[in-house]
Amino acid sequence: MSGLDNPALNELEDCALIDMPAGRLAFSTDSYVVDPIFFPGGNIGDLAVHGTINDLAMRGARPMALSLGLILEEGLPLADLQKIIDSIALASKKAGVPIVTGDTKVVPHGKGDKIFINTSGVGIVPAGVDLGARQVRAGDTIILSGTMADHGITIMVARNKLAFEGDIRSDTQALHNLTLALSERANGALHAMRDPTRGGVATTLCEIAEMAEVSMILDEAAIPIRPQVQSACELLGLEPLYLANEGKCLVVVAEDFVDDALRIMRQRPEGRDAAIIGRVEDGLAGRVEITTLAGGRRLVTALTGEPLPRIC
Amino acid sequence: MAEIRESLGNMRDRGLIDELLGEITGRIKEPIRVMEVCGTHTMAIFRHGLRSMLPAKIELISGPGCPVCVTAAGQIDSFIDLAERPGIHLATFGDLYRVPGTAVVQSNSLAQAAANGAKIDMVYSPMEALAMAQANPDELVIFLGIGFETTTPTVAATILAAQEAGVGNFAVYSVHKLMPPALTALFDEDMAIDGLLCPGHVSAIIGAQAYEPLAARFGLPCVVGGFEAADILQALLMLIKQHESGVAKVENAYTRVVSWEGNARARQVVDKVFRPGAAMWRGLGEIPASGLEIRPEYQQYDAESRLDLKQVEASEPPGCLCGAILKGLKSPKNCPLFGKRCTPVRPVGPCMVSSEGTCAAFYRYSEN
Amino acid sequence: MCLAVPMRVVEVKGLADELIISPSAQVELEGLRQEVRLDIVDRWPEPGDYVIVHAGFAIHTLSAAEAKINLDLMYQMAEGLDG
Repeated sequence: MSGLDNPALNELEDCALIDMPAGRLAFSTDSYVVDPIFFPGGNIGDLAVHGTINDLAMRGARPMALSLGLILEEGLPLADLQKIIDSIALASKKAGVPIVTGDTKVVPHGKGDKIFINTSGVGIVPAGVDLGARQVRAGDTIILSGTMADHGITIMVARNKLAFEGDIRSDTQALHNLTLALSERANGALHAMRDPTRGGVATTLCEIAEMAEVSMILDEAAIPIRPQVQSACELLGLEPLYLANEGKCLVVVAEDFVDDALRIMRQRPEGRDAAIIGRVEDGLAGRVEITTLAGGRRLVTALTGEPLPRIC
Repeated sequence: MAEIRESLGNMRDRGLIDELLGEITGRIKEPIRVMEVCGTHTMAIFRHGLRSMLPAKIELISGPGCPVCVTAAGQIDSFIDLAERPGIHLATFGDLYRVPGTAVVQSNSLAQAAANGAKIDMVYSPMEALAMAQANPDELVIFLGIGFETTTPTVAATILAAQEAGVGNFAVYSVHKLMPPALTALFDEDMAIDGLLCPGHVSAIIGAQAYEPLAARFGLPCVVGGFEAADILQALLMLIKQHESGVAKVENAYTRVVSWEGNARARQVVDKVFRPGAAMWRGLGEIPASGLEIRPEYQQYDAESRLDLKQVEASEPPGCLCGAILKGLKSPKNCPLFGKRCTPVRPVGPCMVSSEGTCAAFYRYSEN
Repeated sequence: MCLAVPMRVVEVKGLADELIISPSAQVELEGLRQEVRLDIVDRWPEPGDYVIVHAGFAIHTLSAAEAKINLDLMYQMAEGLDG
């Protein structure tokens, strides 16, 4: 795996040793089984690197190192594998988070699905940074770092081999530089960050609202979405609020930090479309409502199962 | 053309919506029960949050407008059975994918059948299913033909295209249904509704004229409506005006898409390939001339004649109130299973599984 | 039952070219392009028209005039001008 050159990996020991600065250890793991493995904007490799980096980043950690586990189905074309490895190497390098240890296994044809990837990651959360759903309180503002549903719709379109042409691509990217910029300046005013992956913005906010025992009110008109993505959702009968995002984060902050937070986010390319999408209120625990484009109000519930395209 | 885009954009103008609402609130004197018979209307009403905006005097009831919801449970079993046969590659709209059959032991939905190895693909257009057949000549590709009059012309056209291209390994399992006969059967029972919000895109095909017999026979105000918030509000306003002046006629609020005569060409294409037959409607029983069967001339594209499929006789899941809910007699709230034994994750009846089902929409969007 | 979306016609294939048996049109909506069948459309569209698209087929051709009439009707209703 020459593309993954780095000192720790090059030692070829059974495990990597890392010098860690002071702070609390953040540790996360995730497995990636997406189908199709290649899609506009990225592939399963990018997702695997960015996904775990982001999981660490959302708790305020500085990601330090990743592990990479590959389970390959016999028959996976070598060219495909190389492409994925190259992507992983590039993503890791760009993010500045090395892959220090890894493992590869091959299973017989039919016992896997081309390639499964597991990445685990460690990071350090500096003292004084305490983020999580339980910090969220009434009066907080909810910010989304950019346009929603990009990844989810890309997968839907790619999976169904639909002949839609248009700039529809996954938003997969590492967000730790953005999150660190926020947590370094927040001074306690940053309460929670979450990347709305599976289940989309709606499900993630419902989860936070449930855990924090708060209510939320969202503004549909304020949620950034690309016109092509909106169109594709309309054509397929999909709700963008429930489609996955792989390069965006929800940021919940105290009211007095809102302007600064927006400024910090919009200064970075990852957050240039950051916008306020709602606020946290006192009310029925876990209740999330949205003001619709038409001016009405309705409830938002968590997604159960995968979103399905519909015609009827 | 900027004008069309502008017009369509202006329909989403909040000012227009607020004014229409104002007119409704100002005009309405007596309570009015309006039935909508289009699942897309059910979803649109919930999605726009219209119920939160409308005066309490307006009661909106969901009728049998969801083609998945009105498919008999035994039919679903038949789909699953077909999917599990070797050499068969099923193509279906996403709406059907998670609908439960009645089987408890074997795969209870197409999704489960797929998980257990059956070859099933979700498609956006029946033409995709035809393309699948052309790409896989050693499989028999069966498209599940579900839907009302908006969809049947697309399936008919696909069968004609299959014939044109000489494709031998493609067939349609038709469970298509017709809207007006179901409405007539519905209103033969004692129903206390004051107005009908007629489906928008079904009407694009059959024309606003199709509802004249209903309006005349049952003294029922009928208004064809679109799906933007302003469309629905306008249609409701027109229904209220008819109701308050004791008038019962057919009006068209969705003029940009629906004409009085409808789309004759599309109907011709359907007539060429299909003919009416009796059909089983969940909750309504068998209704004569309410379904579409493929004509003998096209029997090689008819899954039922090619495969000698057996209709599995099955009854409704116990406790499920889908039948009454479809007729607008009960609300999901009345069903003992709603939200408890029957949820979107573990649905009992199709009303909960279909993204348009009354219960699913209620569960996702309603005010608790 | 009727998910259908208005899309702008960019190019029409079928009438001019005798070799093409299956009539279709390139349509677009906010940067998204698709090819739709014209087998069941009521009126043959011109580039610039909109078509209502359902399941990959155009089911109705919509002109600027029709869209405007519908919109004007809405405004009339909203302002209580229609009596």
